[in-house]
Amino acid sequence: MRNVLTIFRRELTGYFTTPLAYVFIVIFLALAGILTFFVGNFFERGQADLQPFFNFHPWLFVVLIPALSMRLWAEERKSGTIELFLTLPIRMTEAVIGKFLAAWCFAGIALALTFPFWITVNFLGQPDNGVILASYIASWLMAGAMLAVGACVSAITKNQVIAFVVTAALVFVFTAAGSSIVLGVFEGWAPEWLTHGIAQMSFLGHFSAITRGVIDMRDLVYFLSIIIAFLGANAILVDLKKAE
Amino acid sequence: MLEIRHLVKSFGSLLAVDDVSFTVSQGEVLGFLGPNGAGKSTTMKMITGFLAPTAGTAVICGHDIGAHPIAAKRHIGYLPEGAPAYPDMTPADFLDFIAHIRGFAGSEAKRRIARVAEMIRIADVMHQPIETLSKGYKRRVGVAQALLHDPDVMILDEPTDGLDPNQKYEMRKIITAMRLQKAIIISTHLLEEVEAVCNRAIIVARGRVLADGTPAELARRSRHHNAVRVSMAGLADPNIRADLAALPGIAAVEQVSDPEGDALLVLPRGGRPVIAEIADLARERGWTLAGLRVERGRLDDVFREITAAGAEPGPVAAAA
Repeated sequence: MRNVLTIFRRELTGYFTTPLAYVFIVIFLALAGILTFFVGNFFERGQADLQPFFNFHPWLFVVLIPALSMRLWAEERKSGTIELFLTLPIRMTEAVIGKFLAAWCFAGIALALTFPFWITVNFLGQPDNGVILASYIASWLMAGAMLAVGACVSAITKNQVIAFVVTAALVFVFTAAGSSIVLGVFEGWAPEWLTHGIAQMSFLGHFSAITRGVIDMRDLVYFLSIIIAFLGANAILVDLKKAE
Repeated sequence: MLEIRHLVKSFGSLLAVDDVSFTVSQGEVLGFLGPNGAGKSTTMKMITGFLAPTAGTAVICGHDIGAHPIAAKRHIGYLPEGAPAYPDMTPADFLDFIAHIRGFAGSEAKRRIARVAEMIRIADVMHQPIETLSKGYKRRVGVAQALLHDPDVMILDEPTDGLDPNQKYEMRKIITAMRLQKAIIISTHLLEEVEAVCNRAIIVARGRVLADGTPAELARRSRHHNAVRVSMAGLADPNIRADLAALPGIAAVEQVSDPEGDALLVLPRGGRPVIAEIADLARERGWTLAGLRVERGRLDDVFREITAAGAEPGPVAAAA
């Protein structure tokens, strides 16, 4: 556990020693603002809630979250530090969890920095702050699931650009799994249980469920199992690919 | 302290390491020699637990690296090839991270970092990002990292590769300074390095151990061991060569021409000392000698002969 914390601390400060952290946060806040106020018609709706803000999160994350996860393992493999890192007296699970938690915590910091939206909406009216809190939790859980997918992809390649593109494609499919874009591929020939199952795997479906204000156990379990499954795969892939 | 038992590693059909066994005890600095691609780095990666061996294992201070990797890794200080370190971090932060992973915190971590920083002489660059440091400093940061927990076993993969002569000298001094308490393995392809710091050498090629002994023992295998280098005026005279060759126990007499000048090299049979006979002969014939020197043997000859087995063992000295 202490090792997880040590690795977590190194990784998290690693984000802030490069411009990545600042660029990421600025772009994230700017895009969130533009989408909420201009595309989401925040003011014209005349409702005191943050729904237009949260509605864009899945699509914003599809583009931005891979930028956080791409470096996790690809950079270690590219620079050779993985050989140093994995010959330290640590367990693979500690390494995987420490890195993931750092990225997840960073995503949490970026989310927390959107607090001016929350202040604005509270200033303008009386929103249901319970729903807003639930939505933040949903957003953070979804970010975690996407980061786990990204960490896993980052373990397969030395090239961060490839890690970014592949992760973006994968999390897009996961996000859109319930939509006609993805389901259309399966409809007509695949058995109904399969199409149904794929629709159930959608990030968007589970995300929207929580943003309605009810944290259902099933949605929670869904995101946590995605995280655990991909981190497990991550550990196996690092072990397989580390020496290449 | 370190026992390597029948290590084997294959990558697909390629056998990179083929049944390598040896032990290293405290006080030994083992030079791990071999041409590029001989399996040196692969062996070190298996000893340090980075790669899982196809067969065999390494036991570090009683801990099997396969069965108890964490316990074994605690006793190892490892400098991977190229001394990788996180480029964005400063040596101070980097060593602090390593200290915490190694289980030191607070003042104990500070004390240990200060100690290695002074020992390895990196105190003046502690707060510059590692990516801005010179190669020599980067390599030193790598060694500092490996030394922080005062390990019993140190494994250094090409610790002086790419360093300038002064830095090499410094690095060798560091290694020599800590050898008494530790078992150290250094991989290298620089033979001068083996002679400078190692008290034992292993030569590997194509994944196999081909020789194991002190540098002096290995040099003794050279055909130049106890050869006598004779320099004098008129050594082109065939009579002189014939006289020398007629002495008992002489295998060959070769004329050499190298930066040191022209000379005759008298190669004894079986490495027997022959200088007394040659000196007597010179006195008898009234030769005016300019120099007479016994060769200890050349590690690079031995290295070449051993690692190039199967290739033509042609006359080396004449060509040189």
